[in-house]
Amino acid sequence: MSLSLSSVSVTLSARRVVNNVSLEIAQGRVVALLGPNGAGKTSLMRAALGLLPFEGRASLDGADPRKLSDRERALRAAYLPQRPQSIWPVSVETLVALGRFAHGAAPDRLKPRDQAAVDAALEACALNAMRARRMDELSGGEKARAHLARALAQQAPLLILDEPTAGLDPAQALAVADILRAHALTGAVLFSTHDVALAARVADAIVLMRDGSVVAQGAPREALTPQTLRDAYGREGRLQDVDGDVAFIFR
Amino acid sequence: MSGSVRASFALVVFSVAALTAALWLGPVALDPFAQDAATRTIVWEIRFPRALTAWIVGAALGLSGAALQGLLRNPLADSGVLGLSGFAALGAVIAFAFGFAFLAPLMAIAFAGIAALVVTTLGWRARGPASLALIGVGLSSFAGGLIALALNLAPNPGALADLVNWTLGSVEGRSLDEAMLAGALLVAGAVLILFAARGLQALTLGEEAAAAIGANLGHTRALVILGAAACTGGATAVGGIIGFVGVAAPHLVRAIAGHDPARLLIPSALAGGALLVCADIVVRLLPTDTELKLGVAAALIGGPVFALIAARLASRGGDS
Repeated sequence: MSLSLSSVSVTLSARRVVNNVSLEIAQGRVVALLGPNGAGKTSLMRAALGLLPFEGRASLDGADPRKLSDRERALRAAYLPQRPQSIWPVSVETLVALGRFAHGAAPDRLKPRDQAAVDAALEACALNAMRARRMDELSGGEKARAHLARALAQQAPLLILDEPTAGLDPAQALAVADILRAHALTGAVLFSTHDVALAARVADAIVLMRDGSVVAQGAPREALTPQTLRDAYGREGRLQDVDGDVAFIFR
Repeated sequence: MSGSVRASFALVVFSVAALTAALWLGPVALDPFAQDAATRTIVWEIRFPRALTAWIVGAALGLSGAALQGLLRNPLADSGVLGLSGFAALGAVIAFAFGFAFLAPLMAIAFAGIAALVVTTLGWRARGPASLALIGVGLSSFAGGLIALALNLAPNPGALADLVNWTLGSVEGRSLDEAMLAGALLVAGAVLILFAARGLQALTLGEEAAAAIGANLGHTRALVILGAAACTGGATAVGGIIGFVGVAAPHLVRAIAGHDPARLLIPSALAGGALLVCADIVVRLLPTDTELKLGVAAALIGGPVFALIAARLASRGGDS
């Protein structure tokens, strides 16, 4: 699986929200999108999936995402929106089973292969004990995990996740980081986050954006320098090693 | 046994019981299985077609209500609230008033389809249940105005009172042929809507995530619009405007069948049918000089139910 974007630009309501962005994600890689609110991270991810019209070239496992059918796209890439919804208070298991849609499975009639995928996703997100609970009975963090499990159940090689750790406590955010790394063993991941330290810790590469353009791109230590962080966020910041782990300090 | 299957089974039993009671009960209680000719005529040629029509009309409205709620992700959606019934009635009124009565069902379906297209286009990105309901209120009022205009301009004013009466909604005096017409359209609409069931299920995740899991939303929307138009057009052509069944039926069965929009379709249809048969029995039993219209009774019961659901949604912040 690979995702390749070349000179991608997105214009929404006559405003250019993504400007000439190129990036490559090969199999086995985790790439983090960083940048302040309104930097164009979400638009870039939606364009990569063909959910938003864009200029430039894109290849989702060799195919232009704009030309793929909904099903073909869903079999190549799973997407977790920034504010995932469960409009009706269905059970956690039903919600996660919707991830099997592109495989032709309905939540109430899962084949063994689909059930195995749902069980694995629930297990990975520590939701086994609450699979029968209704979505409106869950805490914010539990809801976020259920939606992530839905994306995992899709078993698409590429995961595109818009702020998967938003609203999670530090332990749960680290658990999500482990899930992303585990997924990269067989696939690839593109995710956005505001947690710079987490991005530096889990990602193989960083794409730092501001006002729709790339400020810096590369390995975390190279892309996240005090200068690039100032350029992106307008504040001084630096990564610091603490007992072999990475901490991030904004001044 | 899943909640949906359990609810469906119970509602089939309830529907059969209600239909049997409808044969029995009336201004005079009659034994449906009596052998004398007068009783047989009343029971099988008057009460049976009427009860069957009530069931079919209720089922059509319950089914399209559940489908529209799933499509628009809004528990306040139904053919009446969104103006589909009003437009269907407008189509039928134009056909009746201008001497093309045989075209009434076709016109009702076509106009319901137009209303469905307009309301789903405007309501697709409505930010809350109330804003969608307001679009429906606008469409319904517009349809009401156009019905008045059609009646005003009708070349045959003698039939005006009949037409106004008909728009109030009733299944009184309906024949087996009329029941069959609504029934055929219910079956056609149900087939279309059931093909959209998986798409409706996907829409639980919201529009964007539904597309991302592989649902073809254009397809789902077209199927629901056509299906709801067929169901509502048939129901309205035969029974006039009968509101709120489509809101109440899915709401009532969610407690047993659950919230999955796909698994709510059949129980909602069965509940809508049973509800309307019961309402029609009540209408017939009320000791009034002029029989209360079924559409009026449905609005008297359904209106407060609708307000209650809306108030509960608003208190949960569902309208933000």
